[in-house]
Amino acid sequence: MASFTLSNIGPIYRREIRSYFNSPVAYVVIVVFLAIVGWYFSNNLFLMNTASMRIVFELVPLVFLFFVPAVTMRLLAEEKKSGTLELLTTKPVRDVEIVMAKFLAAWTLLGATLAPTLVYLVTLMLLGAPDLGPVVTGYLGLMLTGGVYIAIGIFASSLTENQIVAFLIGMVIILAFFLADKVLLYMPGAIAPTVEYLGIDYHFSNIARGVIDSRDIVYFGSVLGFALMTATASLERRKW
Amino acid sequence: MSIAVRNLVKMYGDTPAIDDISFDVKTGEILGFLGPNGAGKTTTMKIITCYMPPSSGSVEVDGMNTAEQSLEVRRKIGYLPEMNPLYLDMNVIDYLEYSAQLHGLRGGAVQHRIKEMVHACGLEEVRHKDIGEMSKGYRQRVGLAQSMIHDPEVLILDEPTSGLDPNQIAEIRALIKQLGMAKTVILSTHILSEVQATCDRVLIIHEGKIVANGSPAQLQQEFQGADTITIEIKTAGADPQAAIVPRLKTIAYINGVTLLSHNEGRSIFEVHADKGNDIREALFRTAVSEGWIVLEMHRRVTSLEEVFHKLTTA
Repeated sequence: MASFTLSNIGPIYRREIRSYFNSPVAYVVIVVFLAIVGWYFSNNLFLMNTASMRIVFELVPLVFLFFVPAVTMRLLAEEKKSGTLELLTTKPVRDVEIVMAKFLAAWTLLGATLAPTLVYLVTLMLLGAPDLGPVVTGYLGLMLTGGVYIAIGIFASSLTENQIVAFLIGMVIILAFFLADKVLLYMPGAIAPTVEYLGIDYHFSNIARGVIDSRDIVYFGSVLGFALMTATASLERRKW
Repeated sequence: MSIAVRNLVKMYGDTPAIDDISFDVKTGEILGFLGPNGAGKTTTMKIITCYMPPSSGSVEVDGMNTAEQSLEVRRKIGYLPEMNPLYLDMNVIDYLEYSAQLHGLRGGAVQHRIKEMVHACGLEEVRHKDIGEMSKGYRQRVGLAQSMIHDPEVLILDEPTSGLDPNQIAEIRALIKQLGMAKTVILSTHILSEVQATCDRVLIIHEGKIVANGSPAQLQQEFQGADTITIEIKTAGADPQAAIVPRLKTIAYINGVTLLSHNEGRSIFEVHADKGNDIREALFRTAVSEGWIVLEMHRRVTSLEEVFHKLTTA
């Protein structure tokens, strides 16, 4: 499991991307996402007269909560159900390469969904001079948060053949990470700091403020890596 | 490219799916895997193709262990799983390209192999069609093309003709025979005529154990019961029961004669002889010396169906 080569990831990644964009899935997801975020952004801009990207960075992690499991639910569950996963795992390809390829494909879709929101930034730059630092780190934070969600979603998809079940499991786990730092009031004082550290929004808001702290990067990296490892182990369950 | 299976056991919970199976497949051989549903055919194939490891025992493909050198073994194997799973949203060319790349082919080699397989499997007309829109027969050809895209030395086909109509079955069978010529092939089926038509050797497995191993002809001979010959004789006015049956019984090795039917001066007899004795010649000579006119003579051979039935319903 230690090593994997890019050459095996490539074909699987390209197939996934094609599968997203050859079906309505990608377009529906992107349109719905942009409609929701655009609604709040323009409300904020025209009704409240605030020219700020902040609303985007507050809203998107919440929208990702539903959006990401919807994008990842089919990644392994569908192939399990149709039997193509059996064929794929008997090709000279490592399980970790399959998981990585699918992760990168979903991450690409996430990037493609976020990219059009840069239009808001351009709008703001035409109207005034927004502080670009937090905007850049904000997008970095969104990609990292989305990445963690995707890794969790893939793990959920590896557990079942049923996409709806994969969606629900994924959402519940993501919700747990999302809410962790919001329920501190109800936690015993001794474990509160640990729970706060586990909360994804805590680290996201650090980054979105424009502060890139190695602790936050380590957090994202380790949760993401752990989720992908778990998904790989779950794929290898057939060997137990 | 030989395959050596040694003391293979696979447990699902407490029940063994396969129970101490050992066999060899020689290079270039086509081995038929025969058995009722749930006998352990698919499980054995899944272990050989490295989909899952055995509970105990080992499989070696060309001297390489499936557990230890899994990637190397997988490179040499082409696999068509049961139910032939395919990506229905891809077209034939894209799918074959994907399969070729997964097997490490790159650049011109990919296009070259796709061309060859499309031609060999008769997919020219549908090559730009989505697999989801194709008939079952064509899908099966795509499955076969996929399994051979990297020109593997070993081919594992799990029920390659299930669910096809008789014409398609004949086509796929011919294809397997033609393309599998220089390869080591294991194919599973529960259609017995398939084994007779395509396989050099048959392995019958039942409840996770091998119950027979040999060429189709060997198995038939081994499980051949008493020789039974049906003979039709023109008897004209004579009473067959009184005139012919007693005479037949005097021939050596014959231990029973029954009159099956008698009408319009023709009688059909069933003659039983001791096992392993071909009495057709003696029957013929007797008929000639008695002046009987033989209209038909037929020796019934134990079919593979009967062998199969005998072995798997114990």
